[in-house]
Amino acid sequence: MRLFDKANYAFIQKSKTAATFSIAIILLGIVFMISNVLSIGSWQNYGVDFSGGSLIQVRFEDNVSAAEMRSALGGAEAPPITRFGEENEFVIRSGLDGEEVDVVRQQIERQLDAAFQQSSFSIVRTETVGPKIGAELQSKAGLAILFSFILTLCYIAFRFQLRFGLAAIIATVHDIMITLGFLAIFKIEIALPTVAAILTIVGYSLNDTIVVFDRVRENLNSRAGRRQEPIVLINQSINETLPRTILTSGTTLVVLLALLLVGGVVIRDFTTVLIIGVIVGTYSSIFIASPALLKIQRYFDGRAESAVKKKRASAVSASASV
Amino acid sequence: MFKSVRGRVVTIIVMAGISVFYLVNNSIKLGLDLQGGMHLVLEVDDPQGQMSTEEKSDMIDRAERILRTRIDEFGVEEPLIQKIGSERIIVELPGIDDQDRAKELIQQTAFLQFKLVVPAAGLESSLSRIDRQIVLAVGADSLRQMGNATNFDAPQNELESLIFGGQVPDSVGTEELDPVVDEEEEQSLNLRPFTALLASGDTEGTYLVSLEDVETASYFLGLPEVQLALPRDQSLHWEQEIVGIGARNYRRLYTTEREAFLTGEMLENALAQRDPQFNQAQVSFELSRAGGRQFSRFTSQHIGDFIAIVLDDEVVSAPSVRDRIGASGVIDMAGAQLEEAADLALVLRAGALPARLRIIEERTVGPSLGQDSIDGGMRAGIIGMIAVILVMLIYYRMAGVLAVFGLTFYSLLVLGGLAAFNATLTLPGIAGMILSVGMAVDANVLIFERIREELALGRAARTAVDEGFANALSAIVDANVTTLITSLILFQFGTGPVKGFAVTLSIGIVASFISALYVTRTLFLIHLSRRNSTDPISI
Repeated sequence: MRLFDKANYAFIQKSKTAATFSIAIILLGIVFMISNVLSIGSWQNYGVDFSGGSLIQVRFEDNVSAAEMRSALGGAEAPPITRFGEENEFVIRSGLDGEEVDVVRQQIERQLDAAFQQSSFSIVRTETVGPKIGAELQSKAGLAILFSFILTLCYIAFRFQLRFGLAAIIATVHDIMITLGFLAIFKIEIALPTVAAILTIVGYSLNDTIVVFDRVRENLNSRAGRRQEPIVLINQSINETLPRTILTSGTTLVVLLALLLVGGVVIRDFTTVLIIGVIVGTYSSIFIASPALLKIQRYFDGRAESAVKKKRASAVSASASV
Repeated sequence: MFKSVRGRVVTIIVMAGISVFYLVNNSIKLGLDLQGGMHLVLEVDDPQGQMSTEEKSDMIDRAERILRTRIDEFGVEEPLIQKIGSERIIVELPGIDDQDRAKELIQQTAFLQFKLVVPAAGLESSLSRIDRQIVLAVGADSLRQMGNATNFDAPQNELESLIFGGQVPDSVGTEELDPVVDEEEEQSLNLRPFTALLASGDTEGTYLVSLEDVETASYFLGLPEVQLALPRDQSLHWEQEIVGIGARNYRRLYTTEREAFLTGEMLENALAQRDPQFNQAQVSFELSRAGGRQFSRFTSQHIGDFIAIVLDDEVVSAPSVRDRIGASGVIDMAGAQLEEAADLALVLRAGALPARLRIIEERTVGPSLGQDSIDGGMRAGIIGMIAVILVMLIYYRMAGVLAVFGLTFYSLLVLGGLAAFNATLTLPGIAGMILSVGMAVDANVLIFERIREELALGRAARTAVDEGFANALSAIVDANVTTLITSLILFQFGTGPVKGFAVTLSIGIVASFISALYVTRTLFLIHLSRRNSTDPISI
């Protein structure tokens, strides 16, 4: 069986459409982030890991309605309560308001004890994070992503050329922005595993991009490659790696879908982020990374040319900015 | 490594053997999110920010040792106690179900002091100064706002007469007032915010404070100005126990000598027991030889006096000295369960923490939720694996079969690797493993696509396979190295579950590298050696 055998799509020619599409999605994400600031007070739905606070997951023996839960925890002043999965489970989130870490949790436990029979529920998970840790985590997560950029840029510059590295980073930044947009749109909670998922997307997207770039490098170094138009060469490289790109993304998505559907509720958000990331990463390795490489290539070439023909510069630099 | 097929097969069998060896001997540890348990991050409590980093680091070092002893004695299997940076300790206790008890055990400073109780009258002369300092520090207006401002104006005579038949503490202090203060100020200085909360005690050297006022009184006593206003040789300690007198509840406030004549450092051993007479929980202790000498010398001089046994600034019990006491004694714990006595004995044996530790992060997972996650992860893993195998078989036929063998080896290698590095399997770790199955296929796909290309160019099977592997190598190396870079950064960044994810992902990348380039290659060589080099291969 063969898929996309001898494919010959004009991917680069469609890069303008793709870029418009990407920018539209990113803008949509930003709109949602702003609306999140207005509705929930922060760009994203930060979990207790980042905002600090307390999370308590309760599992009941029998059916309990959300209204019952709410009234047990103080009616109108109750902290946000969400159903967790389809079972009789609830997650209660509460801010710390300057209290000691365990005071908040103990208070909620007391309220539950008072409202329900002790044997009818059990607390299956608690997470309480002080505000200091949350703030540290935010800066650490940002630093981790930044470091991964710097290190991979160095590696790609060493193994390929700097321009390949830059193009790969552009594609990865694109992936992160779209993923963050999705997180904002669906108000997916940002917790520690979510950050891990985003970093994994960074790895996956780079992986995908590099396979295409490896082919570009190879074709560039082949005898015919030097004389070929860059746009033809890059298109050819994308098409040659297309079966692999589709197959690998496909198998990865299959296992992730299995994880999403039967892996349990705890890991659902994490898997969702990974799935979004794999799709976006595959798309960007074709439609963003390669056109970006071409643009950078032309920019570098234009600069090199204009340096040589400095005296007749004006006409050439106009064409270089195409 | 090894050109001959036989050499390669032996190498593969050895690698598989090592994996199985580690799997059998080390087994894979499950993270707290899978087996349930408690995760705490603690730091030295330093609200005023007075301690230097070195001091904190030193305290954390000592605290780590003491916590280790306490937790070991408590009997938790495979706990993790680890210093993070210079100011924090992570404590992980798998399988703990009584989290409040475990936390008490960890957080309790357990600084034990023996102090002589002195008559409460010694404090009387300072009370006016204390009241004045409170008024100055808090401000008369805020004091009035603190609710029962009217009560601050005078001692609670009514209540006292109720209990003690009108015996009121000696009226104290306006005589030191500056005569030029204006009327309003004079009035505010007449407030007695602290004295108003005190009632005469029912035993020697104590005051009674009604339960609802305890918080206010503690707040006053915590003010640095008030600490300075206390007599230099005296200190005040709350009693742990709540006493009910009539219909109201009180706590006793003890006046003791400031210096302890003996501390927990002199303790050699401590055991929980029941008082045979009243069936009350108590902790019996034994002192070191030097401590015993000190104790017996002191008690022989103070027969008939009261000794406050102060634990973390609160009085546990205050027995009177009936006779000279030698190297052993008993701490009565009124109203406590034997379990509490056992915990106290344990922390006393392990020693006092050098400072109060504050919990800044706390996570618990119940065992049932962990089991759910394991089940879900297993199901997803099996389904995902089967799907991937089907895709490979349908798409690559014979070569797909070889790839599936390679994947099986890959799985073995990942599990063996996890065991060999003593890695902890977490829920995101399972996801990482499943994800890297998807990615492990990638290397095979890259190679097989290359072989197909070579075959399309008209190369013979053997040449096409060799060329395919050779041409795919650079893509596989570069792609895997960049993914490895990000997962190593993830390892640096994360703790707990995220670290588990990074570890499994890293091991998965290395394992997929080996299984695709070495194992699948070997299988191809075996496959090709059994046939004519001109036969077409099934790919």
